Amino acid sequence: MFDWIHYFADWLIYGVFQLSEESKLGTSLNFFVYDTLKILILLFVIVFIMGIVNAYFPVERLRDYLQRKKLYGLEYFFASLFGSITPFCSCSSVPLFIGFVQGGIPLGVTLSFLITSPLVNQIAIAMFLGIFGLKATLIYATSGILLGTFGGWFLGKLKLEHLLTDWVKEIIANKANAASFEEEKRTLVERLPEITREAWGIVRGVLLYVIIGIGIGAAMYGYVPEDFFEQHLSKDKWWSVPLAVVLAVPMYANVAAIVPVIQVFVAKGIPLGTAIAFMMATVGLSIPEGTLLKKVMSFKLLMIFFATITVFIIISGYLFNLIL
Amino acid sequence: MTTIKILGTGCAKCKSTYNNVLKAIEESGAQANVIKVEDITEIMTYNVMSTPALVVDEVIKIKGRVPDVSEIKALLG
Repeated sequence: MFDWIHYFADWLIYGVFQLSEESKLGTSLNFFVYDTLKILILLFVIVFIMGIVNAYFPVERLRDYLQRKKLYGLEYFFASLFGSITPFCSCSSVPLFIGFVQGGIPLGVTLSFLITSPLVNQIAIAMFLGIFGLKATLIYATSGILLGTFGGWFLGKLKLEHLLTDWVKEIIANKANAASFEEEKRTLVERLPEITREAWGIVRGVLLYVIIGIGIGAAMYGYVPEDFFEQHLSKDKWWSVPLAVVLAVPMYANVAAIVPVIQVFVAKGIPLGTAIAFMMATVGLSIPEGTLLKKVMSFKLLMIFFATITVFIIISGYLFNLIL
Repeated sequence: MTTIKILGTGCAKCKSTYNNVLKAIEESGAQANVIKVEDITEIMTYNVMSTPALVVDEVIKIKGRVPDVSEIKALLG
C-alpha cells in the first residue's frame, strides 16, 4: 500500500539530491521522508474517518446514551470506549467533566471517559499504526480502553464525590437543569467539506510535531549505542517499568512527537511493553492536565486520581511485557 | 447590535476562533460586540461540553470546532 512512497523517497534522495544509498545521511534522509509521508497520509485518513464517526456520535449524544441506558456495570466500559472515539483537546476536559456529572453520570463513569480520552485518540492511533503496525496498535487501543474501564470503576468504588470542588458539588446537586442536545440537522454529505477541513486542520496542527519527532528519532537512531537501553532498562529488571512510568508522568509531550522517539527506544532494546507504559504515562497524565483538573477536583482527589492511573499503567506495562 | 461570545478556556482552537470572528466582522462590516468567555463556571452556564463554542445573541451556534471566516459571516447575516 505504501510502496509508492518508497519509490518517491528513493527518487528524491538518491536521484534528485544525488546522495549515495550507502551513506548514513542518505539512508537517514530516505527514512525520514518515507516515514513522514506515510504518517501524514495515515493521520489524514484516520482523522477524517474519526470526523465522520463523530458526526454521528457527538459527545452530547454519548452522554445522553450513558444517562438513559441501564448498562449493568458496562457503563464504565462504554464511557471508556466513547472517550477513545471523542477527539481529545486538553482544554475540553473540564467542560466534558462538568457536562457528564451535570447529566447525573456517576463520578467513576465520568473518570473512565476522562482517562481514556487523552490516552487513546485519533492521533495516537495513526502514529502507532504508522510506526509499530496493526498488532501493536490494537494492543495499545484495547489496553487503553480497558485501563480507563477499570481505572474508573476502581475510583468509583472509592466514593470520592465529597472531594470535588464546591462549585462542582453544587452543580451535581442541581443536576436537573442539564438540557439535552439538539440534533444536527444537516446530512453527512453536507457536512463532508467541514469534516475534511477539520481533518486537514488537525493534520496541519500536528505536522510540526510529527517532523520534530521523526527528526529526533532519526538522529537518535544513528547515535544511541545499539544495546544502550538493554543494559539499563531490560525486561528482567523489575524496576524498569515503574521507573519509566514515574519519569513520564510529569512530562508532557505531544503524542505525535513522542511515538517516533519511542520507536528508537524499542529498536535499541527497550521492551515494547515498557515503551507503551512510558507513552501512556506521558500522554495520559501530565502537569498541565493536572492544573486544569484542579478546577473540579480537590488536591487530594487529584492525587488519588493520578496515583491510581500511575499504578494501573505500571500494571499494564508488566502485562505487556509478559504477553508481547 | 449583535453580541458574539466565544466560549473557551484559552486553548489554541479558541484563539483561532476568536481571530476568525474578528476577521469576519471586519470583512462584512457588521456591527458586533465580541466577548471572550474564559471563565469555566460561566462557560458551563451555556451547557456546552466541547469548546470552542460560538454564541450569537445568547444562542449557541457552533460548538467543538473552529468555524472559518465565511461560516461566521453567514451567521452574522
